[in-house]
Amino acid sequence: MGIEVSLEGKEIVYKRPKALTDAVTHYCPGCGHGTAHRLIAEIVDELGIQGTTVGVAPVGCSVFAYNYFDLDMQQAAHGRACAVATALKRLMPDKYVFTYQGDGDLAGIGGNETLHACNRGENITIVFINNAIYGMTGGQMAPTTLIGQKTTTSPYGRTTNEGNPIRMCELITTLPGVRYVERVAVNTAPRVRKAKAALLKAFKNQQENKGTSFIEIVSNCPSNWKMTPLASNKWIDDAMIPYFPLGVFKDQ
Amino acid sequence: MGETLLMKGNETLAEAALRAGCEAYFGYPITPQSEVPEYLSEEMPKRGRIFLQAESEVASINMLYGAAGAGFKAMTTSSSPGISLMLEGISYIAAAELPCVIANVTRGGPGLGTIQPSQGDYFQAVKGGGHGDYHMIVLAPSTVQEIADLTYDAFDLCWKYRTPVMIMMDGALGQMMEKVTFKEYKEPVRDISWATRGKPANGDRRVITSLHIQPEEMERVNNKLQAKYTEIKKNEVRYETQNCDDADVVIVGFGLSARIGTKAMQMMREKGYKVGLMKPISLWPFPEKAIEDLSRRVKGFYVLELNAGQMIEDVRLANEGRAKVGKYNRYGGMIYSPDEVVEHLEPFCKELK
Repeated sequence: MGIEVSLEGKEIVYKRPKALTDAVTHYCPGCGHGTAHRLIAEIVDELGIQGTTVGVAPVGCSVFAYNYFDLDMQQAAHGRACAVATALKRLMPDKYVFTYQGDGDLAGIGGNETLHACNRGENITIVFINNAIYGMTGGQMAPTTLIGQKTTTSPYGRTTNEGNPIRMCELITTLPGVRYVERVAVNTAPRVRKAKAALLKAFKNQQENKGTSFIEIVSNCPSNWKMTPLASNKWIDDAMIPYFPLGVFKDQ
Repeated sequence: MGETLLMKGNETLAEAALRAGCEAYFGYPITPQSEVPEYLSEEMPKRGRIFLQAESEVASINMLYGAAGAGFKAMTTSSSPGISLMLEGISYIAAAELPCVIANVTRGGPGLGTIQPSQGDYFQAVKGGGHGDYHMIVLAPSTVQEIADLTYDAFDLCWKYRTPVMIMMDGALGQMMEKVTFKEYKEPVRDISWATRGKPANGDRRVITSLHIQPEEMERVNNKLQAKYTEIKKNEVRYETQNCDDADVVIVGFGLSARIGTKAMQMMREKGYKVGLMKPISLWPFPEKAIEDLSRRVKGFYVLELNAGQMIEDVRLANEGRAKVGKYNRYGGMIYSPDEVVEHLEPFCKELK
């Protein structure tokens, strides 16, 4: 029941990438996951690797990523995406393998799998969405929840009693197996373009087999932060980025 | 038929996996199975195959998930506490219908327990262990030769049914040396059209998942699994019997207990008791029909287990109260001698005479 528009004589400047399905995502309005998905799909299209890419979906808000990427995908147990990806890449070194994981999955329950995959220098691309909260389960405290941030399991605000928010880029950078680490954000148009450049590089790095590429995307969670999308994008600037500074941490 | 070799159980398991075309092995050291990764770390790279010592059993089983999901022949091995760590992954593997081989060279528990042999993981292996309604095919060798033969079978069965298969052998079998002859392995035709190796140019993308959030769909997935389990129960029951035709009492035991039970049976025969032996080889599917048939003509079953009494529950279920059921158990890494078994079995037999 859409509106019929003639494309005759018009140039298409924006359309759904081939590597995305036409499924309507379950993401909340204003959430950064949609943007991050699109960037990865655009890169897959541009590199022409739809038939040679295998993705690994996590547990958490992006658990259904395999419904949105028109790619061969495996859904991993909570936190185990990097272990699954390790096997995929070692058995299929000519394929592009990426994981897409949130903060609870990658830095919490899957901390060990993440660290060891990076330490082995697995030739994969790890995409880490950091929105400082458990989204899918309803807004509980994450390993990256900021000090003072209120969540459903830190109703008085997180204190150091629950640990400090973990900076994964800084931690991962110390591992010799890791080749490329960058933290980006998707809350403004220029940052989206920078995020795409970082992701493109992280995928292209797999052609050279020189170690792990790790891209952290600082993102928002309007629903569980209990903010409007606009306010949540501003909170990324005001609260998230001062603690999780953007930039390249390693590029070898 | 190849030459006859003298080999350790764990090395036999590794060699049989190599011969069965295992393309990837992921594992973590734990006694008493560490000879398996040691052997494969040397042999797999020579053949251009993947060997990786993972950071934990949790990582190992999820690497196995990835490898199996991409359609490769893959195996992991561990021992009891390590298998406990893998149970989450095994549940996912069963749900996502991935073919792979998991060997448990069992030791005494619970907890960190002991590194000595035990059969205390029977419940864990055959009743699920991980969450949800699933089963693994569980094969229990009792000789080094059977380790070789059942390892071939495990690789074939996991692909035939797209389901995890466990080889469960107690630590004594892993450590003992016996003669073994490796048969020629015949590679079956394997369909990997469902495996994630990159979206086909003219086909649909492949997804490996165990998530079906709509209950109607999850019920359908469960129905499919249950139908598969029914098929496995129909086709894959394995057991052996000795001297059961005229037996009054049948010893039931698997693995090491079947070996000790065989000797005890012979000693009882010499004393004039009509004792037979029934050795379940497939612990799941359990040979319940064979037990049921025996229960209609024997006076008693005597269940030998190196645990506090686990398989005995399946014997009782199949027996349905017909024959008398006795048992003798040692656990915590202790093993009964045939004399010890006879000492306890004789009064049981006397009572039934």
